[in-house]
Amino acid sequence: MSEQSATESTQPTEANAETAGTSYHVKQSPQGTSLEVKDFSLWYGQSQALFDINMAIQKGMVTALIGPSGCGKSTLLRCINRMNDLVDDLRIDGQVQVGDFDIYGPGVDVIALRKRMGMVFQKPNPFAMSIYENVIYPLRVDGITQKRVLDETVERSLRSAALWDEVKDRLNESALGMSGGQQQRLCIARGIASDPEVLLMDEPCSALDPIATSKIEELIHDLREQYTIVIVTHNMQQAARVSDNVGFMYLGKLIEYGETEAMFVNPKRKQTADYITGRFG
Amino acid sequence: MSNDTEQATKSSGGGRRVRRFTADMSAIAEPALWGFGGALAIGIILIVGFLFLISWNGAITFWPKPIAQVTLVDGTVIAGEPTRTSVYRVGDNILEGLSPAQRQEIDGDDGFASRTLYKTANFDLYGDDFRWVSDFEVKSIDYPKDYYLIERQQWGTFVGRVESLVIDGQSVPLSESVMAREQTLARDRFKQIRTLEQKRIGAVNHYIEQARLSARRAVLRYGEIDPRAQAEIAKTEADVAQYNKQFEALQAEVAAIRATDSKYRAILQEVGGRTVDLPLSQVVRFYPANDVSVFQKIKIYLSRWVEFVSTEPREANTQGGVLPAIFGTVTMTLMMVIVVAPFGVITALYLREYAKQGRLTSIVRISVNNLAGVPSIVYGVFGLGFFAYTLGGGIDALFYPERLPNPTFGTGGILWASLTLALLTVPVVIVATEEALSAVPRSMREGSLACGASKWQTIKYVILPKAFPGIMTGMILAMARGAGEVAPLMLVGVVKLAPAMPIDGFAPFIHLERSFMHLGFHIFDVGFQSRNSEAGKPMVFVTTLLLLALIVTMQSSAIYIRNRLKRKYAADKF
Repeated sequence: MSEQSATESTQPTEANAETAGTSYHVKQSPQGTSLEVKDFSLWYGQSQALFDINMAIQKGMVTALIGPSGCGKSTLLRCINRMNDLVDDLRIDGQVQVGDFDIYGPGVDVIALRKRMGMVFQKPNPFAMSIYENVIYPLRVDGITQKRVLDETVERSLRSAALWDEVKDRLNESALGMSGGQQQRLCIARGIASDPEVLLMDEPCSALDPIATSKIEELIHDLREQYTIVIVTHNMQQAARVSDNVGFMYLGKLIEYGETEAMFVNPKRKQTADYITGRFG
Repeated sequence: MSNDTEQATKSSGGGRRVRRFTADMSAIAEPALWGFGGALAIGIILIVGFLFLISWNGAITFWPKPIAQVTLVDGTVIAGEPTRTSVYRVGDNILEGLSPAQRQEIDGDDGFASRTLYKTANFDLYGDDFRWVSDFEVKSIDYPKDYYLIERQQWGTFVGRVESLVIDGQSVPLSESVMAREQTLARDRFKQIRTLEQKRIGAVNHYIEQARLSARRAVLRYGEIDPRAQAEIAKTEADVAQYNKQFEALQAEVAAIRATDSKYRAILQEVGGRTVDLPLSQVVRFYPANDVSVFQKIKIYLSRWVEFVSTEPREANTQGGVLPAIFGTVTMTLMMVIVVAPFGVITALYLREYAKQGRLTSIVRISVNNLAGVPSIVYGVFGLGFFAYTLGGGIDALFYPERLPNPTFGTGGILWASLTLALLTVPVVIVATEEALSAVPRSMREGSLACGASKWQTIKYVILPKAFPGIMTGMILAMARGAGEVAPLMLVGVVKLAPAMPIDGFAPFIHLERSFMHLGFHIFDVGFQSRNSEAGKPMVFVTTLLLLALIVTMQSSAIYIRNRLKRKYAADKF
């Protein structure tokens, strides 16, 4: 373990053999695991983007994925709700399990699967509709039309997303008229409107200013009780602030996965240490 | 300061490469901007000039002009509205017949002379509406106040004096107020006859035709000797007898009004002394051309415009209004949009969102783009062959066998014209819609899919609303192309004079099989197909102006709708 060298990163299979298994010391959730990624590999055409990823994501906790650009952390995140299905010429191997349910199993209803997961993207992407319609969109596509249910959902979601007080008087105005930070919180409200099990966040603050970022971070902190959150971030301070567990990825491999504090204070791998201390990345 | 930098560069570059700090001529576009701006300016000048030409000529056409009485050297007197002047080279055969003084005058102008075109009107008397008068022929010109310009229901305009009036069979001297009053009453009678003939007699004729057709249908269905067919024929004969009685009663009513009408006449005298006995009901408008105030001129001008946009044409379309053509143009364009909008959008949706993007899709896409370049007359031929003859012929054989051999749908009509134009404009809509769809950001699609929406839900709730303004732009372009198209329409249903509008009071009220009038074709017809192109010329400008106005109106309303929808979703920051 102590003999980490630069050459290892070019020989993925061996590295993985070493890092594979369940030797990670993650903070265990009392509720157990929510998601389990097993021997997961992914190819875009000929080039392999993910190499034998194994990680168990704890229920009701925040798991951050960090790593330099192009390391595959977003790809991994987007595999969890099968957003990568939109990409042509994609091939995967391995399993992602939610409970006993294999996401990539035969005959899986992708739409039903996505309903169990909320997702927040890098850039705020509200739809060209009113604020109200944006929040209830997941319910609308589910065919729910009872006004009472919809109204309750809007208030609950917007309160959870700490947006209610700012927009309660203009719910019927266009969502595109909000500021960037408000839009992103609206997207979070939309992500949790259908009460999903897992909330996936793909660099949710990278397009926001520091004040909006701190608001979103507070929000993540408040939401961790209710949802299992997986967040991809470039910002190591952010990962340190909001997450319970951190996975460090490099060149398509999960190099290290463990409890946040332990990993930032005392990384086990040299690559992790180099990245955290800013020697590369 | 630049010197310092230059020196620094020199020393570091070893003095071999001197960096210049003025930009190379090839790197800056400022000199070329003259060219760019020039191109734009030429374009603008052309368009503004064109619009000015149309607007000016269209606007002045209805303005009342004075009537000149011209006495020629040879003693002839003519009267008419001076229309325009031009300079021409006098031919030798004309020169021979001239006096030495006239010849000298022409020689002094290097063989050229100026001439004026007078609208002498009185086509029934002269066999022509216009006459060129060379300046050297003229002895004197004056503007007598008792000349009238009288627009008649038939034979066009009359220019001359009103000798006397016949009111209720009694001859009375001319009094303008009496004439105006009686003319209004006579026009009311005229309209009454019109209504009787077109509405009530028209209805009777319609019912007779329906009865005849139902008998024929029965014969076709059951055979002639079948008792059911015989019963139908007997019933029809009874009905027709009934209708004929109504017809005769109406005819008598019309004859009565006509008898009254003939007691109110005006005796007109043209400049040469010949008289015309004209029933007052035939006078559309009259005014003493050299004795009208500006206020009256404005009134005449406006009343002519009102007549133009609200009545049917007269005199082989060179007089009267263009209401049927306006109606036909608008109806056809709207029908075209109704057809082309869903068709084009659905096609583009499939091409962009569902079809696998490969070689086949790009071939289809290129073909669609190229369809926009096919000459429009080809679409006309296709529309005639496929829509009118094949489809329409089939419909006739199936649903209207009793009317054969007269075609119902089997010939050009407003429906086929709309479909042909829809075909012509569908590439525009497809291309615009595809572009609008591909401009919807990927993040929005992903956002919707991540919410658990299906692909169709994503398209319906997120992509289409976002792409809507772009789709509308395509629709506007299609409308512009469709409304201005004439060539294919000549093959698939546009006529010089439509006997009936596509929408009227008889069931089923909307008659899509009917031929119709179109402003574009009207321009062509009046300008190039009428007996007297000089008489039609002002109408060409007025009709063009109207067509432009109509298209601008339709476009602006579409743009207004688009902008409203855009604003609904717009990012107006707080």
